[in-house]
Amino acid sequence: MSTHAGGYSADPRIRRVEWLPWIVALAGFFLLPEYLSLGARILIYILYALSLDLIVGYAGIITLGHSAYFGLGAYVAGILAAKAGIADPMAQLAAAAAAGALLGLATGAIILRTRALTLLMLTLAITSVLLEIANKASSLTGGADGLSGVVVAPILGLFKFDIFGKTAYLYCLAVLLVGWWLIRKLIYSPFGTSLTGVRENSLRMHAIGAPVYWRLVLVYTISATIAGIAGGLITQTNQFVGLNVLSFESAGELLVMLILGGVGRIYGAFVGPVVYLVAQDLLAKQFPEYWYLGIGTMLVLVVLFARGGILGIVDSLIAKLRRKA
Amino acid sequence: MSVALETRGLCKSFGALTVADQINFRLEAGARHALIGPNGAGKTTFVNMLTGVLSPSSGRILLTGEDITELGAAKRVKRGLGRTFQINALFRRLSVLDNVALAVAERLGVAPRKLRAASAHSEVRNEGMDLLSTLGLAEDAAQPILDLPYGKQRLVEIAIALGLRPKVLLLDEPAAGVPSLESHRILQVLDKLPRDIAILIIEHDMDLVFRFAQRITVLVQGEVLVEGTPEEIGRDKRVHQVYLGEQRHA
Repeated sequence: MSTHAGGYSADPRIRRVEWLPWIVALAGFFLLPEYLSLGARILIYILYALSLDLIVGYAGIITLGHSAYFGLGAYVAGILAAKAGIADPMAQLAAAAAAGALLGLATGAIILRTRALTLLMLTLAITSVLLEIANKASSLTGGADGLSGVVVAPILGLFKFDIFGKTAYLYCLAVLLVGWWLIRKLIYSPFGTSLTGVRENSLRMHAIGAPVYWRLVLVYTISATIAGIAGGLITQTNQFVGLNVLSFESAGELLVMLILGGVGRIYGAFVGPVVYLVAQDLLAKQFPEYWYLGIGTMLVLVVLFARGGILGIVDSLIAKLRRKA
Repeated sequence: MSVALETRGLCKSFGALTVADQINFRLEAGARHALIGPNGAGKTTFVNMLTGVLSPSSGRILLTGEDITELGAAKRVKRGLGRTFQINALFRRLSVLDNVALAVAERLGVAPRKLRAASAHSEVRNEGMDLLSTLGLAEDAAQPILDLPYGKQRLVEIAIALGLRPKVLLLDEPAAGVPSLESHRILQVLDKLPRDIAILIIEHDMDLVFRFAQRITVLVQGEVLVEGTPEEIGRDKRVHQVYLGEQRHA
Protein backbone atom coordinates (compact mmCIF):
# COMPACT_ATOMS: atom_id res chain seq x y z
CA MET A 1 0.00 0.00 0.00
CA SER A 2 2.95 2.24 0.82
CA THR A 3 2.72 5.76 2.16
CA HIS A 4 1.15 8.71 0.45
CA ALA A 5 3.47 11.54 1.30
CA GLY A 6 2.75 13.93 -1.55
CA GLY A 7 5.55 16.17 -2.78
CA TYR A 8 6.91 17.55 -6.02
CA SER A 9 8.12 14.24 -7.40
CA ALA A 10 5.23 12.08 -6.18
CA ASP A 11 3.04 10.45 -8.81
CA PRO A 12 -0.49 11.56 -7.93
CA ARG A 13 -2.24 8.93 -10.07
CA ILE A 14 -4.37 6.41 -8.23
CA ARG A 15 -2.51 3.14 -7.84
CA ARG A 16 -4.22 -0.17 -8.51
CA VAL A 17 -4.06 -1.25 -4.87
CA GLU A 18 -6.03 1.86 -3.93
CA TRP A 19 -9.15 0.35 -5.47
CA LEU A 20 -8.98 -2.45 -2.91
CA PRO A 21 -10.87 -0.70 -0.09
CA TRP A 22 -13.72 0.15 -2.45
CA ILE A 23 -13.90 -3.39 -3.79
CA VAL A 24 -13.93 -4.70 -0.21
CA ALA A 25 -16.65 -2.20 0.70
CA LEU A 26 -18.85 -3.28 -2.22
CA ALA A 27 -18.16 -6.97 -1.57
CA GLY A 28 -19.18 -6.41 2.04
CA PHE A 29 -22.43 -4.90 0.86
CA PHE A 30 -23.35 -8.03 -1.08
CA LEU A 31 -21.79 -10.71 1.11
CA LEU A 32 -22.58 -9.49 4.63
CA PRO A 33 -26.08 -8.01 4.43
CA GLU A 34 -26.70 -8.56 8.15
CA TYR A 35 -23.71 -6.35 9.08
CA LEU A 36 -24.62 -3.28 7.05
CA SER A 37 -25.31 -1.06 10.04
CA LEU A 38 -21.88 -1.87 11.47
CA GLY A 39 -20.53 -1.33 7.96
CA ALA A 40 -22.06 2.13 7.72
CA ARG A 41 -20.61 3.00 11.10
CA ILE A 42 -17.18 1.87 9.91
CA LEU A 43 -17.48 3.97 6.73
CA ILE A 44 -18.39 7.03 8.78
CA TYR A 45 -15.46 6.49 11.13
CA ILE A 46 -13.14 6.13 8.13
CA LEU A 47 -14.24 9.55 6.91
CA TYR A 48 -13.82 10.93 10.43
CA ALA A 49 -10.37 9.34 10.75
CA LEU A 50 -9.37 10.72 7.34
CA SER A 51 -10.21 14.22 8.52
CA LEU A 52 -8.01 13.61 11.56
CA ASP A 53 -5.16 12.17 9.48
CA LEU A 54 -5.12 15.33 7.39
CA ILE A 55 -4.29 17.51 10.39
CA VAL A 56 -2.41 15.06 12.63
CA GLY A 57 -0.56 13.02 10.04
CA TYR A 58 0.13 15.66 7.41
CA ALA A 59 0.04 19.07 9.08
CA GLY A 60 1.35 17.83 12.43
CA ILE A 61 -1.44 19.45 14.48
CA ILE A 62 -1.90 17.32 17.58
CA THR A 63 -5.45 17.18 18.91
CA LEU A 64 -7.62 15.35 21.39
CA GLY A 65 -10.69 17.41 20.59
CA HIS A 66 -11.69 16.47 17.09
CA SER A 67 -14.98 15.20 18.50
CA ALA A 68 -16.02 18.86 18.86
CA TYR A 69 -16.59 19.15 15.10
CA PHE A 70 -17.94 15.64 14.68
CA GLY A 71 -20.33 16.15 17.60
CA LEU A 72 -21.43 19.58 16.45
CA GLY A 73 -22.18 18.19 12.98
CA ALA A 74 -24.14 15.37 14.61
CA TYR A 75 -26.20 17.74 16.75
CA VAL A 76 -26.83 20.28 13.99
CA ALA A 77 -28.12 17.55 11.66
CA GLY A 78 -30.14 16.06 14.53
CA ILE A 79 -31.69 19.33 15.68
CA LEU A 80 -32.64 20.24 12.11
CA ALA A 81 -34.26 16.83 11.66
CA ALA A 82 -35.96 16.51 15.05
CA LYS A 83 -36.80 20.10 15.96
CA ALA A 84 -36.79 22.25 12.83
CA GLY A 85 -38.60 19.79 10.60
CA ILE A 86 -35.93 19.82 7.90
CA ALA A 87 -35.89 16.21 6.78
CA ASP A 88 -33.89 16.49 3.56
CA PRO A 89 -30.62 14.57 4.16
CA MET A 90 -28.60 16.76 1.81
CA ALA A 91 -29.71 19.92 3.63
CA GLN A 92 -28.88 18.30 6.98
CA LEU A 93 -25.46 17.27 5.75
CA ALA A 94 -24.77 20.72 4.31
CA ALA A 95 -25.71 22.30 7.63
CA ALA A 96 -23.48 19.85 9.52
CA ALA A 97 -20.62 20.70 7.16
CA ALA A 98 -21.17 24.45 7.55
CA ALA A 99 -21.33 24.15 11.34
CA GLY A 100 -18.11 22.12 11.39
CA ALA A 101 -16.43 24.68 9.11
CA LEU A 102 -17.51 27.68 11.17
CA LEU A 103 -16.45 26.14 14.46
CA GLY A 104 -13.21 24.91 12.89
CA LEU A 105 -12.40 28.39 11.61
CA ALA A 106 -13.35 30.16 14.85
CA THR A 107 -11.53 27.78 17.19
CA GLY A 108 -8.63 27.10 14.83
CA ALA A 109 -7.93 30.82 14.52
CA ILE A 110 -7.47 30.96 18.29
CA ILE A 111 -5.77 27.69 19.21
CA LEU A 112 -3.39 27.38 16.24
CA ARG A 113 -1.32 30.24 17.61
CA THR A 114 -0.19 27.73 20.22
CA ARG A 115 1.69 24.46 19.88
CA ALA A 116 2.35 21.09 21.46
CA LEU A 117 0.88 20.57 24.94
CA THR A 118 -0.89 23.93 25.09
CA LEU A 119 -2.58 23.12 21.80
CA LEU A 120 -3.52 19.66 23.03
CA MET A 121 -5.11 21.09 26.18
CA LEU A 122 -7.03 23.71 24.21
CA THR A 123 -8.48 21.12 21.82
CA LEU A 124 -9.53 19.12 24.85
CA ALA A 125 -11.13 22.22 26.39
CA ILE A 126 -13.14 23.02 23.27
CA THR A 127 -14.81 19.63 23.08
CA SER A 128 -15.41 19.62 26.86
CA VAL A 129 -17.12 23.01 26.68
CA LEU A 130 -19.31 21.84 23.81
CA LEU A 131 -20.19 18.67 25.71
CA GLU A 132 -21.31 20.73 28.69
CA ILE A 133 -23.37 23.04 26.48
CA ALA A 134 -25.09 20.04 24.85
CA ASN A 135 -25.70 18.56 28.29
CA LYS A 136 -27.28 21.75 29.67
CA ALA A 137 -29.30 22.84 26.62
CA SER A 138 -31.58 19.85 26.95
CA SER A 139 -34.60 21.53 25.37
CA LEU A 140 -32.66 21.59 22.13
CA THR A 141 -30.34 18.59 22.46
CA GLY A 142 -32.24 16.24 24.73
CA GLY A 143 -29.39 16.53 27.23
CA ALA A 144 -28.23 13.29 28.80
CA ASP A 145 -31.22 11.41 27.38
CA GLY A 146 -30.06 12.12 23.88
CA LEU A 147 -31.90 13.52 20.91
CA SER A 148 -34.43 11.18 19.34
CA GLY A 149 -37.10 11.67 16.73
CA VAL A 150 -34.58 12.31 13.99
CA VAL A 151 -36.46 12.23 10.69
CA VAL A 152 -34.54 11.66 7.48
CA ALA A 153 -36.39 11.91 4.18
CA PRO A 154 -35.40 9.81 1.14
CA ILE A 155 -32.07 10.86 -0.40
CA LEU A 156 -32.69 13.21 -3.34
CA GLY A 157 -36.35 12.26 -2.87
CA LEU A 158 -35.57 8.83 -4.37
CA PHE A 159 -33.80 6.49 -1.95
CA LYS A 160 -35.58 5.72 1.27
CA PHE A 161 -33.58 4.71 4.36
CA ASP A 162 -34.54 1.05 4.86
CA ILE A 163 -34.46 -1.01 8.06
CA PHE A 164 -31.68 -3.24 6.70
CA GLY A 165 -29.37 -0.25 6.31
CA LYS A 166 -28.74 -0.81 2.60
CA THR A 167 -29.43 2.80 1.62
CA ALA A 168 -27.51 4.13 4.60
CA TYR A 169 -24.48 1.99 3.73
CA LEU A 170 -24.30 3.07 0.08
CA TYR A 171 -25.02 6.67 1.03
CA CYS A 172 -22.12 6.69 3.52
CA LEU A 173 -19.91 4.98 0.96
CA ALA A 174 -20.69 7.69 -1.60
CA VAL A 175 -19.95 10.50 0.85
CA LEU A 176 -16.73 8.76 1.93
CA LEU A 177 -15.69 8.46 -1.72
CA VAL A 178 -16.06 12.22 -2.20
CA GLY A 179 -14.24 12.98 1.06
CA TRP A 180 -11.40 10.59 0.23
CA TRP A 181 -11.02 12.07 -3.25
CA LEU A 182 -10.79 15.59 -1.87
CA ILE A 183 -8.32 14.73 0.89
CA ARG A 184 -6.14 12.74 -1.49
CA LYS A 185 -6.09 15.66 -3.92
CA LEU A 186 -5.13 18.02 -1.11
CA ILE A 187 -2.30 15.80 0.06
CA TYR A 188 -0.78 15.62 -3.41
CA SER A 189 -1.17 19.35 -4.05
CA PRO A 190 1.45 22.06 -3.34
CA PHE A 191 -0.74 23.05 -0.39
CA GLY A 192 -0.46 19.53 1.04
CA THR A 193 3.30 19.53 0.51
CA SER A 194 3.59 22.85 2.32
CA LEU A 195 1.67 21.30 5.23
CA THR A 196 4.22 18.50 5.49
CA GLY A 197 6.82 21.27 5.45
CA VAL A 198 5.14 22.85 8.48
CA ARG A 199 5.01 19.46 10.19
CA GLU A 200 8.70 18.83 9.56
CA ASN A 201 9.98 22.31 10.41
CA SER A 202 7.62 25.22 10.97
CA LEU A 203 10.54 27.56 11.76
CA ARG A 204 11.98 26.99 8.29
CA MET A 205 8.57 27.40 6.67
CA HIS A 206 8.44 30.86 8.25
CA ALA A 207 11.96 31.51 6.98
CA ILE A 208 10.97 30.74 3.38
CA GLY A 209 8.14 33.23 3.67
CA ALA A 210 5.18 30.87 4.08
CA PRO A 211 2.11 32.14 5.96
CA VAL A 212 2.26 29.16 8.31
CA TYR A 213 -0.56 30.23 10.61
CA TRP A 214 -3.07 30.77 7.80
CA ARG A 215 -2.18 27.47 6.17
CA LEU A 216 -2.84 25.70 9.47
CA VAL A 217 -6.13 27.54 10.01
CA LEU A 218 -7.20 26.58 6.50
CA VAL A 219 -6.39 22.88 6.81
CA TYR A 220 -7.94 22.80 10.28
CA THR A 221 -11.16 24.30 8.88
CA ILE A 222 -11.24 21.78 6.02
CA SER A 223 -10.69 18.95 8.47
CA ALA A 224 -13.40 20.25 10.82
CA THR A 225 -15.81 20.49 7.87
CA ILE A 226 -15.24 16.86 6.98
CA ALA A 227 -15.56 15.82 10.62
CA GLY A 228 -18.85 17.76 10.73
CA ILE A 229 -20.09 15.83 7.70
CA ALA A 230 -19.11 12.55 9.36
CA GLY A 231 -21.07 13.68 12.43
CA GLY A 232 -24.10 14.46 10.25
CA LEU A 233 -23.88 10.97 8.77
CA ILE A 234 -23.79 9.27 12.16
CA THR A 235 -26.99 11.12 13.13
CA GLN A 236 -28.72 10.19 9.90
CA THR A 237 -27.81 6.51 10.12
CA ASN A 238 -28.51 6.15 13.86
CA GLN A 239 -31.49 8.53 13.83
CA PHE A 240 -30.38 9.45 17.31
CA VAL A 241 -27.72 11.71 18.86
CA GLY A 242 -26.17 11.00 22.26
CA LEU A 243 -23.77 13.14 24.30
CA ASN A 244 -20.98 10.64 23.64
CA VAL A 245 -20.38 12.13 20.16
CA LEU A 246 -18.82 15.15 21.90
CA SER A 247 -16.82 13.34 24.57
CA PHE A 248 -13.07 13.52 24.45
CA GLU A 249 -13.06 9.75 24.93
CA SER A 250 -14.49 9.50 21.44
CA ALA A 251 -11.78 11.84 20.14
CA GLY A 252 -9.20 9.67 21.88
CA GLU A 253 -10.77 6.55 20.45
CA LEU A 254 -10.51 8.07 16.99
CA LEU A 255 -6.83 8.84 17.54
CA VAL A 256 -6.30 5.24 18.66
CA MET A 257 -7.94 4.00 15.44
CA LEU A 258 -5.68 6.21 13.35
CA ILE A 259 -2.51 5.17 15.19
CA LEU A 260 -3.51 1.51 14.86
CA GLY A 261 -3.97 1.87 11.13
CA GLY A 262 -0.99 4.16 10.55
CA VAL A 263 -0.68 7.94 10.73
CA GLY A 264 0.02 10.15 7.73
CA ARG A 265 -0.61 7.56 5.01
CA ILE A 266 -4.30 8.02 4.04
CA TYR A 267 -5.15 4.31 4.18
CA GLY A 268 -4.25 4.02 7.84
CA ALA A 269 -7.53 5.87 8.34
CA PHE A 270 -9.24 3.01 6.47
CA VAL A 271 -7.56 0.10 8.24
CA GLY A 272 -7.76 1.51 11.78
CA PRO A 273 -11.53 1.92 12.08
CA VAL A 274 -12.14 -1.46 10.40
CA VAL A 275 -9.87 -3.29 12.84
CA TYR A 276 -11.03 -1.31 15.87
CA LEU A 277 -14.77 -1.44 15.25
CA VAL A 278 -14.81 -5.05 14.08
CA ALA A 279 -12.75 -6.07 17.13
CA GLN A 280 -15.13 -4.06 19.29
CA ASP A 281 -18.11 -5.82 17.73
CA LEU A 282 -16.65 -9.33 18.03
CA LEU A 283 -14.91 -9.01 21.38
CA ALA A 284 -17.57 -6.96 23.10
CA LYS A 285 -20.10 -9.72 22.50
CA GLN A 286 -17.78 -12.42 23.83
CA PHE A 287 -15.98 -10.54 26.58
CA PRO A 288 -18.01 -7.45 27.40
CA GLU A 289 -15.80 -6.65 30.40
CA TYR A 290 -12.37 -7.35 28.94
CA TRP A 291 -12.45 -6.36 25.31
CA TYR A 292 -10.71 -3.04 25.95
CA LEU A 293 -7.77 -5.09 27.18
CA GLY A 294 -7.44 -6.54 23.68
CA ILE A 295 -7.52 -3.10 22.04
CA GLY A 296 -5.09 -1.76 24.64
CA THR A 297 -2.64 -4.59 24.05
CA MET A 298 -2.84 -4.03 20.30
CA LEU A 299 -2.15 -0.32 20.74
CA VAL A 300 0.82 -0.90 23.02
CA LEU A 301 2.34 -3.37 20.57
CA VAL A 302 1.81 -1.04 17.62
CA VAL A 303 3.28 1.96 19.41
CA LEU A 304 6.28 -0.03 20.69
CA PHE A 305 7.13 -2.10 17.65
CA ALA A 306 5.38 -0.67 14.61
CA ARG A 307 5.35 3.10 14.52
CA GLY A 308 3.81 2.99 11.06
CA GLY A 309 0.76 1.17 12.40
CA ILE A 310 -0.75 -1.93 10.80
CA LEU A 311 -0.02 -0.56 7.34
CA GLY A 312 3.57 0.04 8.36
CA ILE A 313 3.82 -3.65 9.24
CA VAL A 314 2.28 -4.61 5.91
CA ASP A 315 4.77 -2.37 4.10
CA SER A 316 7.81 -3.86 5.80
CA LEU A 317 6.51 -7.41 5.15
CA ILE A 318 6.09 -6.62 1.46
CA ALA A 319 9.58 -5.10 1.36
CA LYS A 320 11.03 -8.26 2.95
CA LEU A 321 9.24 -10.52 0.47
CA ARG A 322 10.51 -8.42 -2.46
CA ARG A 323 14.08 -8.66 -1.21
CA LYS A 324 13.83 -12.44 -0.99
CA ALA A 325 12.27 -12.77 -4.45
CA MET B 1 27.54 51.40 -5.54
CA SER B 2 24.02 50.92 -4.22
CA VAL B 3 23.34 49.56 -0.76
CA ALA B 4 21.54 46.22 -0.46
CA LEU B 5 21.12 46.14 3.29
CA GLU B 6 21.77 48.82 5.85
CA THR B 7 21.31 49.31 9.58
CA ARG B 8 21.28 52.70 11.26
CA GLY B 9 21.95 52.93 14.97
CA LEU B 10 20.61 49.47 15.64
CA CYS B 11 20.31 48.70 19.35
CA LYS B 12 18.99 45.78 21.35
CA SER B 13 18.99 45.35 25.07
CA PHE B 14 17.47 42.75 27.32
CA GLY B 15 16.95 44.65 30.56
CA ALA B 16 20.34 46.02 31.61
CA LEU B 17 22.19 43.81 29.16
CA THR B 18 23.01 45.53 25.86
CA VAL B 19 23.69 43.02 23.11
CA ALA B 20 23.67 45.41 20.17
CA ASP B 21 24.92 48.96 20.57
CA GLN B 22 24.49 51.52 17.79
CA ILE B 23 25.33 49.18 14.94
CA ASN B 24 25.74 51.07 11.67
CA PHE B 25 26.29 48.56 8.96
CA ARG B 26 26.20 48.65 5.15
CA LEU B 27 26.08 45.71 2.81
CA GLU B 28 26.77 46.85 -0.77
CA ALA B 29 24.93 45.28 -3.70
CA GLY B 30 26.71 42.10 -4.78
CA ALA B 31 29.01 42.27 -1.76
CA ARG B 32 30.88 39.38 -0.20
CA HIS B 33 30.94 40.55 3.37
CA ALA B 34 31.79 38.67 6.55
CA LEU B 35 30.71 39.37 10.10
CA ILE B 36 33.07 37.96 12.68
CA GLY B 37 33.56 38.31 16.39
CA PRO B 38 34.18 36.22 19.48
CA ASN B 39 31.41 34.20 21.09
CA GLY B 40 28.83 36.42 22.71
CA ALA B 41 29.71 39.38 20.48
CA GLY B 42 26.07 39.66 19.39
CA LYS B 43 26.33 38.19 15.90
CA THR B 44 23.28 35.99 16.29
CA THR B 45 21.25 38.82 17.83
CA PHE B 46 22.22 41.00 14.88
CA VAL B 47 21.12 38.36 12.37
CA ASN B 48 17.88 37.78 14.26
CA MET B 49 17.13 41.49 14.07
CA LEU B 50 17.92 41.59 10.35
CA THR B 51 15.61 38.65 9.64
CA GLY B 52 12.79 39.85 11.87
CA VAL B 53 13.00 37.20 14.57
CA LEU B 54 13.85 39.88 17.15
CA SER B 55 12.70 43.46 17.02
CA PRO B 56 15.37 46.06 17.80
CA SER B 57 15.06 48.36 20.83
CA SER B 58 15.90 51.27 18.55
CA GLY B 59 17.40 51.98 15.13
CA ARG B 60 16.33 51.21 11.58
CA ILE B 61 16.89 48.41 9.08
CA LEU B 62 16.75 49.18 5.36
CA LEU B 63 16.56 46.62 2.56
CA THR B 64 17.48 48.14 -0.81
CA GLY B 65 16.63 51.54 0.63
CA GLU B 66 13.23 50.60 2.04
CA ASP B 67 12.60 50.59 5.77
CA ILE B 68 11.77 47.04 6.84
CA THR B 69 12.19 47.53 10.59
CA GLU B 70 8.50 46.94 11.27
CA LEU B 71 8.00 44.07 8.82
CA GLY B 72 7.55 40.47 9.98
CA ALA B 73 9.97 37.71 9.02
CA ALA B 74 7.83 36.31 6.19
CA LYS B 75 7.37 39.73 4.58
CA ARG B 76 11.12 40.35 4.63
CA VAL B 77 11.60 37.07 2.78
CA LYS B 78 9.13 38.24 0.14
CA ARG B 79 11.16 41.47 -0.20
CA GLY B 80 14.27 39.45 -1.00
CA LEU B 81 15.99 38.70 2.31
CA GLY B 82 17.01 35.04 2.53
CA ARG B 83 18.90 33.24 5.24
CA THR B 84 20.44 29.92 6.21
CA PHE B 85 20.67 28.54 9.72
CA GLN B 86 23.67 27.77 11.88
CA ILE B 87 22.02 24.54 12.99
CA ASN B 88 20.38 22.75 10.07
CA ALA B 89 16.74 23.76 9.74
CA LEU B 90 15.67 21.24 7.13
CA PHE B 91 12.50 19.30 6.40
CA ARG B 92 14.02 16.13 7.70
CA ARG B 93 11.72 13.42 6.42
CA LEU B 94 11.14 15.05 3.04
CA SER B 95 13.30 14.44 -0.01
CA VAL B 96 16.17 16.74 -0.91
CA LEU B 97 14.22 17.94 -3.93
CA ASP B 98 11.10 18.69 -1.89
CA ASN B 99 13.20 20.68 0.58
CA VAL B 100 14.24 23.02 -2.21
CA ALA B 101 10.93 22.84 -4.08
CA LEU B 102 9.04 24.10 -1.02
CA ALA B 103 11.07 27.31 -1.12
CA VAL B 104 10.66 27.70 -4.88
CA ALA B 105 6.92 27.07 -4.56
CA GLU B 106 6.56 29.76 -1.91
CA ARG B 107 8.42 32.25 -4.07
CA LEU B 108 6.30 31.44 -7.14
CA GLY B 109 3.15 31.39 -5.03
CA VAL B 110 1.95 27.97 -6.19
CA ALA B 111 1.27 26.62 -2.70
CA PRO B 112 -2.09 28.34 -2.22
CA ARG B 113 -3.43 26.77 -5.42
CA LYS B 114 -5.26 23.90 -3.87
CA LEU B 115 -6.01 20.86 -5.90
CA ARG B 116 -3.59 20.58 -8.81
CA ALA B 117 -0.95 17.95 -8.08
CA ALA B 118 2.38 19.28 -6.85
CA SER B 119 4.25 17.13 -9.36
CA ALA B 120 2.26 18.77 -12.18
CA HIS B 121 4.05 22.03 -11.36
CA SER B 122 7.05 21.22 -13.51
CA GLU B 123 8.34 24.79 -13.22
CA VAL B 124 8.89 24.22 -9.50
CA ARG B 125 10.47 20.80 -9.93
CA ASN B 126 12.75 21.92 -12.77
CA GLU B 127 14.00 24.94 -10.92
CA GLY B 128 14.59 22.80 -7.84
CA MET B 129 16.56 20.28 -9.90
CA ASP B 130 18.61 23.05 -11.55
CA LEU B 131 19.53 24.40 -8.16
CA LEU B 132 20.53 20.98 -6.89
CA SER B 133 22.65 20.43 -10.01
CA THR B 134 24.59 23.65 -9.52
CA LEU B 135 25.31 22.61 -5.95
CA GLY B 136 26.31 19.09 -7.02
CA LEU B 137 23.34 17.48 -5.28
CA ALA B 138 21.40 16.26 -8.32
CA GLU B 139 22.08 12.60 -7.56
CA ASP B 140 20.69 12.96 -4.06
CA ALA B 141 17.41 14.60 -5.14
CA ALA B 142 15.20 11.65 -4.20
CA GLN B 143 16.94 10.90 -0.87
CA PRO B 144 15.28 11.87 2.36
CA ILE B 145 17.36 14.49 4.20
CA LEU B 146 17.81 12.05 7.10
CA ASP B 147 19.91 9.75 4.91
CA LEU B 148 22.25 12.51 3.76
CA PRO B 149 25.74 13.05 5.22
CA TYR B 150 26.06 16.21 7.29
CA GLY B 151 28.21 18.10 4.81
CA LYS B 152 25.60 17.65 2.10
CA GLN B 153 22.86 18.69 4.49
CA ARG B 154 24.72 21.99 4.89
CA LEU B 155 24.56 22.42 1.12
CA VAL B 156 20.80 21.77 1.12
CA GLU B 157 20.54 24.43 3.79
CA ILE B 158 22.03 26.88 1.26
CA ALA B 159 19.97 25.47 -1.62
CA ILE B 160 16.70 26.21 0.20
CA ALA B 161 17.71 29.84 0.67
CA LEU B 162 18.72 30.10 -2.99
CA GLY B 163 15.28 28.78 -3.99
CA LEU B 164 13.94 32.11 -2.73
CA ARG B 165 16.15 34.02 -5.23
CA PRO B 166 17.14 36.48 -2.53
CA LYS B 167 18.73 39.87 -3.20
CA VAL B 168 20.45 39.59 0.15
CA LEU B 169 21.55 36.28 1.60
CA LEU B 170 22.59 35.83 5.23
CA LEU B 171 24.72 32.75 5.73
CA ASP B 172 24.81 31.84 9.41
CA GLU B 173 27.94 29.73 9.85
CA PRO B 174 27.53 27.68 6.67
CA ALA B 175 30.53 25.50 7.57
CA ALA B 176 29.49 24.87 11.17
CA GLY B 177 29.94 21.24 12.08
CA VAL B 178 31.58 20.38 8.79
CA PRO B 179 35.02 18.76 9.09
CA SER B 180 37.70 21.16 7.81
CA LEU B 181 38.59 18.70 5.05
CA GLU B 182 35.11 19.11 3.64
CA SER B 183 34.70 22.83 4.21
CA HIS B 184 36.37 23.50 0.84
CA ARG B 185 33.22 22.00 -0.72
CA ILE B 186 31.19 24.68 1.00
CA LEU B 187 33.62 27.35 -0.19
CA GLN B 188 33.44 26.06 -3.76
CA VAL B 189 29.66 26.41 -3.63
CA LEU B 190 29.83 29.86 -2.08
CA ASP B 191 32.24 31.00 -4.79
CA LYS B 192 29.76 29.93 -7.45
CA LEU B 193 26.81 31.86 -6.02
CA PRO B 194 25.34 34.44 -8.43
CA ARG B 195 27.23 37.73 -8.23
CA ASP B 196 24.06 39.82 -8.02
CA ILE B 197 23.26 38.40 -4.57
CA ALA B 198 24.70 40.44 -1.74
CA ILE B 199 26.04 37.99 0.83
CA LEU B 200 26.68 38.46 4.50
CA ILE B 201 28.44 35.49 6.03
CA ILE B 202 28.80 34.85 9.75
CA GLU B 203 31.52 32.31 10.23
CA HIS B 204 34.09 31.04 12.72
CA ASP B 205 36.24 29.29 10.15
CA MET B 206 38.81 32.10 9.57
CA ASP B 207 40.30 30.31 6.61
CA LEU B 208 36.95 30.38 4.86
CA VAL B 209 36.24 33.98 5.87
CA PHE B 210 39.52 35.36 4.57
CA ARG B 211 39.26 33.47 1.30
CA PHE B 212 35.63 34.35 0.64
CA ALA B 213 35.02 37.85 1.96
CA GLN B 214 35.96 41.13 0.30
CA ARG B 215 35.04 43.08 3.39
CA ILE B 216 34.97 42.08 7.04
CA THR B 217 33.16 43.63 9.96
CA VAL B 218 34.34 42.75 13.45
CA LEU B 219 31.72 42.81 16.17
CA VAL B 220 32.76 42.87 19.83
CA GLN B 221 30.37 43.15 22.76
CA GLY B 222 27.55 44.36 20.58
CA GLU B 223 29.60 47.10 18.93
CA VAL B 224 31.35 47.35 15.59
CA LEU B 225 35.04 47.33 16.46
CA VAL B 226 36.38 47.82 12.97
CA GLU B 227 35.46 47.23 9.34
CA GLY B 228 37.77 46.81 6.38
CA THR B 229 39.26 44.57 3.72
CA PRO B 230 40.65 41.19 4.81
CA GLU B 231 44.19 42.66 4.62
CA GLU B 232 43.28 45.56 6.88
CA ILE B 233 41.54 43.27 9.36
CA GLY B 234 44.44 40.84 9.28
CA ARG B 235 46.85 43.66 10.21
CA ASP B 236 44.64 45.24 12.87
CA LYS B 237 46.17 44.85 16.33
CA ARG B 238 42.88 45.24 18.20
CA VAL B 239 41.31 42.46 16.16
CA HIS B 240 44.24 40.19 16.98
CA GLN B 241 43.85 41.02 20.62
CA VAL B 242 40.13 40.31 20.98
CA TYR B 243 39.60 37.71 18.38
CA LEU B 244 42.27 36.24 16.20
CA GLY B 245 44.70 35.69 19.06
CA GLU B 246 42.06 33.95 21.05
CA GLN B 247 41.20 31.87 18.01
CA ARG B 248 44.81 30.74 17.66
CA HIS B 249 44.94 29.53 21.22
CA ALA B 250 41.67 27.67 20.87
